[in-house]
Amino acid sequence: MTVAPSLTPLLKTNDLLSREYGATRNRFDLSWEPTLAALLGLGRSAGADFVEFFLERSNYISGQAEDDAITSISPRIITGAGVRVFLGKADCYVSTNDLSFQGLKSALDKALGIMGLTLPGPAANISDINLELLRDYASARSKDEWLATCSSMQEMGDVLLAANAALAKNASHVQSRRAVYFRDWQEVLVAASDGTFARDIRLTQSVGYNLLCADGEHRSSIGQRAGDTSNPAFLREWDYETVAQSVGESAGKMLYADYVESGSYPVIMANQFGGVIFHEACGHLLETTQIERGTTPFIDKKGEKIAHENLTAWDEGLSPDAFGTIDMDDEGMPAQRTLLIENGILRNFLSDRAGSMRTGHPRTGSGRRQGYTYAAASRMRNTYIAPGDYSLDELFASVDKGIYCKKMGGGSVGATGQFNFGVDEAYLIENGKITKPLKGATLIGEATEIMNKISMCSNDLGLAAGFCGSISGSVYVTVGQPHLTVDAITVGGR
Amino acid sequence: MPTIQDIAAYAEASAQKLGVTKYDVYGSSVDETSVQVDKGDPKQVKASNRSSVIVRVWNDQGKVGVTSTSDVDPTGMDLALESARDASAFGVADHIPDFSPEATAPTAEVDLPPVDPAPVGDLIQRLVALEKQLLEAHPAIASVPYNGLAQRSIDRFYLNSAGALRQEARSYASVYLYSKTEQEGRKPRSAGAVRVNRGLPLLDLEGCLKEAADKTISHLNYDKIASGKYRVVFSGEAFLSLLGAFSNLYNAQSILDHRSLSTPDSLGTVVASDLLSVYDDALHPENISAETFDGEGTPTRRVPILEKGVLTHFLHSAGTAKRMGASPTGHASIGAKVSVGPSYYHVLPGTEAKSEFSLENAGNVILIDDLQALHAGVNSLQGSFSLPFDGWLINQGERVSVESATVAGDFRDLLKAIIHVEPHVEITPEGLCPRIWVDSLSITGEQ
Repeated sequence: MTVAPSLTPLLKTNDLLSREYGATRNRFDLSWEPTLAALLGLGRSAGADFVEFFLERSNYISGQAEDDAITSISPRIITGAGVRVFLGKADCYVSTNDLSFQGLKSALDKALGIMGLTLPGPAANISDINLELLRDYASARSKDEWLATCSSMQEMGDVLLAANAALAKNASHVQSRRAVYFRDWQEVLVAASDGTFARDIRLTQSVGYNLLCADGEHRSSIGQRAGDTSNPAFLREWDYETVAQSVGESAGKMLYADYVESGSYPVIMANQFGGVIFHEACGHLLETTQIERGTTPFIDKKGEKIAHENLTAWDEGLSPDAFGTIDMDDEGMPAQRTLLIENGILRNFLSDRAGSMRTGHPRTGSGRRQGYTYAAASRMRNTYIAPGDYSLDELFASVDKGIYCKKMGGGSVGATGQFNFGVDEAYLIENGKITKPLKGATLIGEATEIMNKISMCSNDLGLAAGFCGSISGSVYVTVGQPHLTVDAITVGGR
Repeated sequence: MPTIQDIAAYAEASAQKLGVTKYDVYGSSVDETSVQVDKGDPKQVKASNRSSVIVRVWNDQGKVGVTSTSDVDPTGMDLALESARDASAFGVADHIPDFSPEATAPTAEVDLPPVDPAPVGDLIQRLVALEKQLLEAHPAIASVPYNGLAQRSIDRFYLNSAGALRQEARSYASVYLYSKTEQEGRKPRSAGAVRVNRGLPLLDLEGCLKEAADKTISHLNYDKIASGKYRVVFSGEAFLSLLGAFSNLYNAQSILDHRSLSTPDSLGTVVASDLLSVYDDALHPENISAETFDGEGTPTRRVPILEKGVLTHFLHSAGTAKRMGASPTGHASIGAKVSVGPSYYHVLPGTEAKSEFSLENAGNVILIDDLQALHAGVNSLQGSFSLPFDGWLINQGERVSVESATVAGDFRDLLKAIIHVEPHVEITPEGLCPRIWVDSLSITGEQ
């Protein structure tokens, strides 16, 4: 005997609008599936080619100790959502604080209206959106307890005060001491009309120092931060004694440093945060956002040599605890390890959904955003130059007169590929040896040229936490590299 | 979205429930739309309607705790006040912030009626037309990679448990156009322009288009520059960006934190050439975003910072003013730690110039139009800067774009090396400022 298959009920708009939606306010879970599936169905039935909802709850707190007092404890609680509607290759993004069904529907309605579409009428047939089973990285990786096991306000205050006391012991001519910490807990839920339905919890923490020393007209300021993405005990495990010693020592060396003399020099860039050079000079130019704008010189260079043959570089979201690590991106795609450059040959770009649609480069799990007020865009995660075969001694021995950039400041890259970045701690190299500290240096150059001048990489890859600001806001990233030699770079100074 | 009166009622109800007797709330509700276009088509359109508040709660010991939130319904306000009350246990014991003594003082009357937002279709249509015109302005202009037309309506308010309640509504519109050139055998060049006003109908779109085109074209004729010391002329916009980066010079909170190039004793000292005077004037008629009260509810006002090179006033919050025996100046933003910041600069000549300077007959002078990467190249605590810039080398009126270079120095030395402040101000989003001439700054050209 055969049994006739039963049909699921065919939906009209009114069927969706008359339902009761009971999504929970304090957790993004399966209870959101009916709400989001209904809204996605409405959006698709209105004529949108693709619709995506991004929901966010965040619980942020920052603390600051100045000298021997806690001067700031600042909690922030955020809830919001964004809806993105695509019609062809054009898109629209609308955000709201109102996570009720009506609030989200109103945002969808606005987005559709901007794209020239309207919500279907009461009797219109609705396309069902069958969301995948919730991919819940938070539950699968036991993240639900993270927030409760982070340091309390009391512990935060105690650690920051103890850390600042340690800094006082390790520095001289102190004018101002700051120990700063933040914890950013974020729960996100992504649902899209292609069936994507994924939840994650991120826990990002950062702690560090900012020290200002002064002696008459001589001044030095040194900042240092560490970051983590998955360890609730990060703050209580912070080895502030060791860091205080390093910061105090650096500030002391830089206090009486001479200003660098401008010119073109061979430069040895330190590992860890030295990787900001690659981030600025090359990483941004490998984002499909830049291809869409035509602002990268590498636009048609895939498969071609764009860097020195000794250079290989990666971008990934997988390294445990690294500051740019994500289980999924902000479009619900699992993070990947993406080979950017292999022995000087450009292998891949970093792409989000819109970037992939507009440029043809495959998505790489790189769709990231600061929060619900931004549409996702192609962004870096943990980006670094792979270790090479040289020793550090060999790098220094190759430089007769040059500059050792031990600690980098921030930087940026312009629309024509010109980059620049500041150097917080630098030293003169003479005959392969460090001879004296220098301050006030800025490194400038062209991305296409500098990549071919990175000629030696040592074998001591190190990573460092960083913050990257771009089209989709500020996101947490890792920069990294081994010590490396740039054959010549223009150094701006006095 | 709840109204300000709703939020006030929620806050009062939450405070009663929690036994909180002293609190204040600063918040805003923002409705904004922005568009970008790419080769004649809309690329991304964004719209947002959001609210946020920051609440401060004083506990039984008089200590303050703070929380900010985007949840402005009754449940969200309950949570915010509760969290702020918890945080108050860790509030500072010395120099505890209090309500501003001027939180109920009269504010200035300003005539800045909000402009109704234009339909999104109008924004797209206008921007597409601007992009097209810019691409047609010169054969070398190949793209307008950065462009945008945005409009924003803001309602902001301050209230406290002592009965202060202020609110005001503003509207803004802005346009930016940033074009890029491509020529065979030449490096790509780029430049841009920005305009702001209260609404789309008032926005100087043509002026923005012309400036973006003229600047981009002016950079086509470029050359390397030899490193060395040059006489430098800063555009108003460039000078204001540098002044803003070193605002710790006159920021009372920075001074009290020992994170400034000044000390409390710096008032009355000469810090710049007597050719320079600087005011902060939130209420200047050219300031289309004029706010009549700050984050503590203190009325804003015109504050002389430098007069003829002499440091005359610091910018204050209520707390810094109390500690330094001054009056609040309306420059506070509330937070776990109240911060102080400038509103709208007005830079003008101090003493009358003794010499005539003109770009038409100057020789070997660099005109810096735009300073870049201030976040990376400024060390505000040391006073030093080393910054890439867009500009031209000028000889007897002939301009050659500088290919790639940085300008470096010490900001305090720069202020004293000013040799001329031109009489005519440029109107910029940050304030009013004329061109400023400075002698002997280090320029490093790319080798």
